[in-house]
Amino acid sequence: MTLGEFAFYAFSVVTVVSGLFVVLARNPVHSVLWLILAFLSSAGLFVLLGAEFVAMLMVIVYVGAVAVLFLFVVMMLDVDFTELKAKMASYFPIAGLIGAVFLAQLVLVYGVWKSADGAAALRGAPTPDPAEIHNTLAIGQLIYDDYIHLFQAAGLVLLVAMIGAIVLTLRHRPNVKRQNVLAQMYRDPAKAMELKDVKPGQGL
Amino acid sequence: MIGLEHYLTVAAALFVIAIFGIFVNRKNVIVILMSIELMLLSVNINLVAFSAYLGDLVGQIFTMFVLTVAAAEAAIGLAILVCFYRNRGSIAVDDVNVMKG
Repeated sequence: MTLGEFAFYAFSVVTVVSGLFVVLARNPVHSVLWLILAFLSSAGLFVLLGAEFVAMLMVIVYVGAVAVLFLFVVMMLDVDFTELKAKMASYFPIAGLIGAVFLAQLVLVYGVWKSADGAAALRGAPTPDPAEIHNTLAIGQLIYDDYIHLFQAAGLVLLVAMIGAIVLTLRHRPNVKRQNVLAQMYRDPAKAMELKDVKPGQGL
Repeated sequence: MIGLEHYLTVAAALFVIAIFGIFVNRKNVIVILMSIELMLLSVNINLVAFSAYLGDLVGQIFTMFVLTVAAAEAAIGLAILVCFYRNRGSIAVDDVNVMKG
């Protein structure tokens, strides 16, 4: 067994097992940690496939942002998870049945799958030789030339998601004193302040 | 030699596990969202594997777009979850019948 094969089997076993623990773990915090492990090991699979840029993106976006977001929400919400997990065993038969049906369908599809005639000629963007142009450079050239509109649309999707998340979770509490900028700017010093001439020994 | 089928098998196993997870954790929205992330991950593995074995770089570009949509979906889903928790005090999806849909 070569080093590449060993790495493939190690990463794929870790990915599948940690995926299983994501759905079966009793504590959602453990689920999130298993999810992080699944993403890291699948990033290893991507490196084995020669897609270094996507692998690093996976680590940064999923482990760095999405998983931390999940962790934050799981810890912020004070939910009794044991109650939610209590009826989990009763769902096992139906879930196993649906999973088995899906697995059978995938086996049927993969059993007869074959690549089309002239598939090599139909490629949209043939991968350049990695010795000359490395993966990140090739993807950059493709994204900023051929797929620039889709790239901008992806940025728009993220913007809409950001605004949507802010609008959904922002709330104005009553009884909180807030800064009113306009009122501050329109404040007139001549009206706000009054000078009094206090005579000695008399007071106001 | 590791072939394309090996990667497709891993992706298929991950996809089936994610579907299983959605039906097992029917009450727990957080784990359902995590299962959806796993599903998108298995799709990404498929895309990158085909991209590598067919020598076509477009698969990796599309992986990036799937990644973008997955991140946006997680953010919106968790925001809805926080909103729902504030209003109802629980995250049991069985109770989501306010709109009588």
